[in-house]
Amino acid sequence: MASYAEPGLAEPDVEAPVRAFAIATVFWGIAGFLAGVVIAAQLAFPLLNLDLEWTTFGRLRPLHTSAVIFAFGGNALIGTSLYIVQRTCRARLFGGEEMGWFLFWGYQFFIVTAAVGYLFGVTQGKEYAEPEWYVDLWLTLVWVAYLVAFAGTILKRREPHIYVANWFLLAFIITVAMLHIVNNLALPVGDGIGKSYGLASGVQDAMIQWWYGHNAVGFFLTAGFLGMMYYFIPKQAGRPVYSYRLSIVHFWSLIFLYIWAGPHHLHYTALPDWAQTLGMVFSIMLWMPSWGGMINGLMTLSGAWDKLRTDPGLRFSVTAVGFYAMATFEGPVMSIRAVNSLSHYTDWTIGHVHSGALGWNGFIIFGALYWLIPVLWKKRLYSERLVAWHFWVATLGIVLYITAMWVSGIMQGLMWRAYDEHGFLQYAFVETVAAMHPYYVIRMLGGLLYLSGALIMAWNIYRTVTAAEEEAPAALPAALPMAAE
Amino acid sequence: MKRFTHALIEKNLILLGVLTLLTVAIGGLVQIVPLFLVETTIERVQGIRPYTPLELMGRNIYVREGCYLCHSQMVRPFRDEAERYGHYSLAAESMYDHPFQWGSKRTGPDLARVGGRYSDDWHAAHLRSPRELVPASVMPPYAFLDRPLDAEAIRAHLRAQRGVGVPYSDEMIAEAPRDLAAQATPEADATGFSRRYPNARQAAFDADPKVVTEMDALVAYLQMLGTLVRFSDVTPDQLRQP
Repeated sequence: MASYAEPGLAEPDVEAPVRAFAIATVFWGIAGFLAGVVIAAQLAFPLLNLDLEWTTFGRLRPLHTSAVIFAFGGNALIGTSLYIVQRTCRARLFGGEEMGWFLFWGYQFFIVTAAVGYLFGVTQGKEYAEPEWYVDLWLTLVWVAYLVAFAGTILKRREPHIYVANWFLLAFIITVAMLHIVNNLALPVGDGIGKSYGLASGVQDAMIQWWYGHNAVGFFLTAGFLGMMYYFIPKQAGRPVYSYRLSIVHFWSLIFLYIWAGPHHLHYTALPDWAQTLGMVFSIMLWMPSWGGMINGLMTLSGAWDKLRTDPGLRFSVTAVGFYAMATFEGPVMSIRAVNSLSHYTDWTIGHVHSGALGWNGFIIFGALYWLIPVLWKKRLYSERLVAWHFWVATLGIVLYITAMWVSGIMQGLMWRAYDEHGFLQYAFVETVAAMHPYYVIRMLGGLLYLSGALIMAWNIYRTVTAAEEEAPAALPAALPMAAE
Repeated sequence: MKRFTHALIEKNLILLGVLTLLTVAIGGLVQIVPLFLVETTIERVQGIRPYTPLELMGRNIYVREGCYLCHSQMVRPFRDEAERYGHYSLAAESMYDHPFQWGSKRTGPDLARVGGRYSDDWHAAHLRSPRELVPASVMPPYAFLDRPLDAEAIRAHLRAQRGVGVPYSDEMIAEAPRDLAAQATPEADATGFSRRYPNARQAAFDADPKVVTEMDALVAYLQMLGTLVRFSDVTPDQLRQP
């Protein structure tokens, strides 16, 4: 398929690997949502652990989180970033098509080796950093190549300014490299087994892990996705970014503050109080850049709000920013120690994560895909009606999910600390487990709806890319979404 | 002097990249480095020792099966947690934990002090079929742990642990295979083992002394959790953190 060529450029943009990343995003999204529905069902109906070691909740849960964060989110991030950096720099990808394909297959290899390991119990036992040292080394190699490709393209740019989306994407690539390397420093056991022991232990290991873990949220799931927001929302709305000045404040304050927030995962633990207090204070401050960025995204629609009625893809992107606002308000609240004493260890945290992951990350990816697929394949989207169906089914799924988790989380937290009139603990632990059952069923149904929405999208995209006719895409850019200086 | 404008940064990739790296490095440096330097971060209590070879292998099974995804090992300093689980957890109690297993979710109860609360038989039966003992439990069954423990590489495990800072002596490493078997075999001679690992318990953890199984290792690990520090001997001064 011929690639779209920017007028005046000798070589067209590298697009085939970007198309592959887009397809992989859909594929891994469905895999990750399915794994989520399965483990949600296991918590409601434990028989579904199937009495097999490979299908227990403990082995499938990392499969779900990694598939959603690193496979679904990661493919979307790398794919869209390669597209964005070429378009906004008016330069062909550094390293060309070969670099694009190396990144694609290198990243898929990372996902598959990590996932197969989980099923066989190969894990470092650190959340969101489960892959063992050999998988980590491979990812490091791919990631360095990614940085080289991304930065190399920026260096070749034919625009004086580096566009704001690229600041966020660059910060995402650099910071994830730093976090990944430090958190995974480990000594292999040797003797031909994959096992390793991390360099840090106990309290230091906990701090490093949550410095990593929270910034997997902060930089993988936020900074990178804000890069997407800063490109696709202006494109879909046909308006420049609301405020250039706000973009600058947003960028530097967000990346400076986020990195401090990790200790809010360790409130009231054996981590010294000074570190917990720092984590709490910075988490609360983080509310401001988060909402500043949210305002910058939403206000970009000023004068174009009517497009929400006609463009269901844009509806996804804008709702994503709405969920982002909600999750980044809830997060600072939960980081307050008094609130955290109730919410920590409960499903409230799970609900919070999913309002971010399903609402913000998922929806901004769907919005980007509905815009990007017709552009990449130069075909009209098969059905806008199906996009609307996807939107409402998925939104209903999220609402069921997060409300069920609010109720079960707060209820469980209250039951743990409830005393009867004689001054004894009112509930045995297992009574709180039994009380969760109806909410676990509702949560599973919410997940099932979200998965159904993704299947509708997959069908829509399949029909789009396999359609016979080719036509000029309607949405090809007239001008770059660059703020005025 | 020319007035600073942000355009300077956004026209220069190297400047943008270096400033970004500096900006994101600060928080981690401030929060992580002092934890290695300030000695009082780890409380000064008695009784913490490295895991026995069998406990270490049990701990590795705990990690392999993702137990930390539903069970925390971190009791918080609240009245209800003190009554439900016991004394709040100390940093010292996980100082030899590579990786730490404090967890982030309690789908099941905290396990930081589960050691000695139930019998070995209860643990083995509960792991094999949780709902026979606790009908409302949602825990997966782990009957497959009744298979021989692969401890061929036990010396390599201890050596790697020493490589990351756990004080295993040459003697502990040399005797590791023997210590592992001795702990799971009640009638074995345990003089050397007990000297190397004070307060370690010798038992047929899964009720079958003939074969050392994964079940033996996991139950041995669970039964020592939270038992190393005798809180009756601890003074408030020893617990003070920075």
